[in-house]
Formats: sequence, C-alpha cells, structure tokens
Amino acid sequence: MATTETMTLNMGPQHPSTHGVLRLVLELDGEVVVKVTPHIGYLHRGVEKLSEHRTFHQILPLTDRLDYLAPMSNNLGYILAVEKLMGVEVPERAETIRIIMAELTRLQSHLVWIACHALDIGAMTVFIYAFRERETIMEIYELISGARMTSNFFRVGGLSQDVPDEFVRKVSDFIDVMPEYLDQYEGLLTTNPIWLKRTVGNGVISADDAIDIGLTGPALRGSGVDWDLRRDNPYGGYEKYQFKVPVGENCDTFDRYKVRLVEMREAIKIVRQGLDKLKPGPVLADYPQVCYPPKENVYNSIEGLIHHFKIASEGFPAPEGEVYQSVEAPKGELGFYIVSDGGNKPERLRIRPPSFVNLQAIEQMTVGSMIADLVAVIGTLDIVLGEIDR
Amino acid sequence: MAENNRAVLKLKEKFAASIIDVVEFRGEVTVTVKKDSIIDILTFLKQSLQYNLLTDLTAVDYLGKKEERFMMVYQLYSIPNKDRLRIKSPVAEADCSIPTATKVWATANWLEREVYDLFGIIFDKHPDLRRILMTDDWVGHPLRKDYPLQGPDREPYKGRLS
Repeated sequence: MATTETMTLNMGPQHPSTHGVLRLVLELDGEVVVKVTPHIGYLHRGVEKLSEHRTFHQILPLTDRLDYLAPMSNNLGYILAVEKLMGVEVPERAETIRIIMAELTRLQSHLVWIACHALDIGAMTVFIYAFRERETIMEIYELISGARMTSNFFRVGGLSQDVPDEFVRKVSDFIDVMPEYLDQYEGLLTTNPIWLKRTVGNGVISADDAIDIGLTGPALRGSGVDWDLRRDNPYGGYEKYQFKVPVGENCDTFDRYKVRLVEMREAIKIVRQGLDKLKPGPVLADYPQVCYPPKENVYNSIEGLIHHFKIASEGFPAPEGEVYQSVEAPKGELGFYIVSDGGNKPERLRIRPPSFVNLQAIEQMTVGSMIADLVAVIGTLDIVLGEIDR
Repeated sequence: MAENNRAVLKLKEKFAASIIDVVEFRGEVTVTVKKDSIIDILTFLKQSLQYNLLTDLTAVDYLGKKEERFMMVYQLYSIPNKDRLRIKSPVAEADCSIPTATKVWATANWLEREVYDLFGIIFDKHPDLRRILMTDDWVGHPLRKDYPLQGPDREPYKGRLS
C-alpha cells in the first residue's frame, strides 16, 4: 500500500504575498494546508525598550515606524495616551485636523490593503489605481508635515504647526473625487467572478472564535460583531461625528472586503464633516509645562527659546500612574499602555499592535484550505510587519 | 469611583481574600490580585461579567522599586458593556512563573509567548512556550531593566556627542 506523508514548505520571509518579512512554515498534504507556523520578529527594533530611555516627546517619531502605512493613526494613539496621563485639553482646531488626518490615514491604509490584496489574488489593475489615489494622500501628508510617511506631525497638546492654506482645498478636492474611484474598484472586483471565487467562503472565522482569538477592527466586524471604538468608546472628539459602522454576515474574506470598502466611504464622510467644522484658532494647548512653545516665540524671545530648550532636552515629568488608551486604527485596536513612575520617561510603554493579535488567527482561518487561499487570508488580515515586530 | 465599579463589587464579594489593591486613575480601574487565583478571577470575569475580549496581556519590570519584581497586566474589555478593566498580578523573581491564560482566551497564546521572550516569565502549562520576536538561541530577556539598551557586550550609550 502506498503511504503518503506531508511536506514542509517554507514561505517567506522574502515572498511577495507575505507583505513584508513574514515567514510561514507550512505543512502541506498535496496543496492542502495542514499546519501553519508563523515566524515573526525579523523587523524587531525594540521600540518598547527604546521608549523607556526617551522623554515623552522623543518617543513620538518612533511610533511613525510601527504601522508605516498608517503613521498618523499611530501618532494619534500615542499622543492621546500621553494627553490622558497629563490631563491636557486639546484646542478644537487641532482636534478636528487630527480627525481629518486620521481618517485620511484610514483611507490610505485601506488603499494599500485593497491594492495588495487584489494583486495577491491576481487582479493587477486595482493595484495601479489604488496607488494613484494613495499618492494624493501622501501629497497631503507632505504638504502639512513635510514627510510622506514618517509624519511626526501631532504633538502632545495639539499639532506641531498649523496646516497651510491649500490644505482645505486639496483635501476637499480629493474627497470629492474619491467616491467615484471607490466605485471603480467595486466595478472591478465586487461582481468579478474570479474575485468572488477566491474570496467568498474563504478564511471563515465565526464571531465567537474571532473574539476568543482577539481579532479587532474590520476583521472582527467582517465576522458580524458590531463594535467600533470610534463609536463605542469615543476618543479625540469622535463623538461629534456621524458615521455608520459596517458589519459583515458571512465571516469570510468577501465580507471583510465589503466592510473595508464601506469604511472607506464612511471615512470620506467623516473628513467632509471635519472640513465643515474647521474654524480658525490655536492648534496647540496653552499648557507650558508640557507643550512646546509656538515657533515665533522660540525665534523671537529668549523666554521662548529657554522654554523650547527645556521641553526638548528634559521633557516634562508625568504624574505617577498608568493609563491605557486605544484608538481604532485602520487595522484594529491600537493601544498604548503607559506606566509612569513620576519621571520624564515612561517606566514602561507597551504597544498593543492590532496586526500582531490578528495574525494569530491565520492558523484557524487557513487549515484545511489550499495554499492559494492562504495568500488571500494574509491579504484579508491586512498585516503590517512593522507593528507586529515593533 | 473604583469602589462602585460593578466588576470590583463582584470581585470583592467573591474573591475578597485574593484582592491586594483597587486603584482608579484617570477613569481607569485597576485591580491587583494574587497570582494563585488569577485564572479563577479571569475566568469569572469572562463568564459572569462579560469581559469577553482580552485586549492585551503584558508585564512590567519594577527592578529595585517593588518587592516583587514583575507585574503581569491583563487589559480586559467587554464588548457588550463597552467598558474596560485592568487586572494586575505581581510575580516574584524567585518564582518567575504564572499560570497560563490560554485556556480562557486563545489570544493569550502569542501575547504570553512575547512576555516569556522579552521578560522571561514562565507560563505554566502554556501549549507552545517558545520565543517569538527574538531568535530561538537568544540569551537574555531584552525588556528586563537589567538588560542593557545597546544589547550585550557593547559599550553603554553615553548620550549624543553633538
């Protein structure tokens, strides 16, 4: 009698569909996946360790480099945690700009997701289209922060600077055309028979299993759990905005695709509401113990210069205590847990990355399916190795 | 106030002997409990009080600052009630282990592996306790306070020269 045995195959860390340096050791029975063992850590830079040796202001640039496809969401999560610890109130204009940028970031991250997800499955056109739109968001990033990816734009208590005058026009031009582009993507994918064959019924995970394994964000909503931190535990002024939270039904890759597409449309609505709310005013809180002084004071007065020097070199002492603040990042719940011992550096900074926890579900979602379906599951989980490895 | 929190009231009723401390700071309730009953408490919170999502699991190293060196931190969230609760449990360096929470939440698997990797805390009966971020042959646990920032065998960082 012929015997069969399983084959062990190494996928990644240099594989185009693993979205970075993810290595999967697969055990295969023919083309059917029997076991998946992810190996991560290739991008581990010790951000949490480094943070213990930096002042609260100096940690901010490190957060850009976690989920590098959504830098401003990371900035927002960290800044909100520090503001909660310090008890800082943010001026309204800064709050509104933060929300506009956080939602543009969500669009940007989802654009990369749809581009790569479709490319992995073989639909190349969407990739080219989505990256075209992402470029506009990058230009907006560059306009306000000077950088296309590592924005480092928010500050404790507000923003590093006010946005230039073209900002409103540029953002509103973009959100005017964006719904049409979304229609284009949907036209290419939603009714495409190949797309449906590859995504419907793929990577199924029930709501209970999804909660048990800790999925958050669109991946959890795709399984039918109606939960969004922006609506249920509003932070940073989200309580003033109206938006719908899309929820899937069939717990599969196609539903997660639909959820993310609706989220993009809702993000556009939030940006529009934000632009309507945008009124002139200060963008940095008047809280000199914590916040940087305005630049014109630094350049024109000795007091401002001393103030800037003190904040930049010593930082500020934080009260003793611990806070946890999370935001609905494009990929799920991004949390920052700060333990302060009363010094100017955190005793411990823990980053709760959504991708890390979501990736854990890969085994449950793929065992028993084909390798090609595994590729679709990696796409639908929307992972970024920068925040998994930290 | 923390004393009126529904979870704290129930916990005080049921696990009075295990609770070390209840603190509220910036609207967040933290309950510190003894590690012997940690799994019972987590199970009770999940099953009876609907804290169904383990958001995060991590540790803090209080080297030289507290009697028991490590503190395990569990961030719980209740999706039906939309509220958070933080459970902490001290772990002594001499007996650097705590029962695993993987039986309560599957999420705990990788999160505990990470704590094991970076802090060296052993999780009893964990199904797959391997390093996760560092390589398998790595020596030491980088997030411990006595682990040098620059890594082993290197000159300590003396600040920027310019």
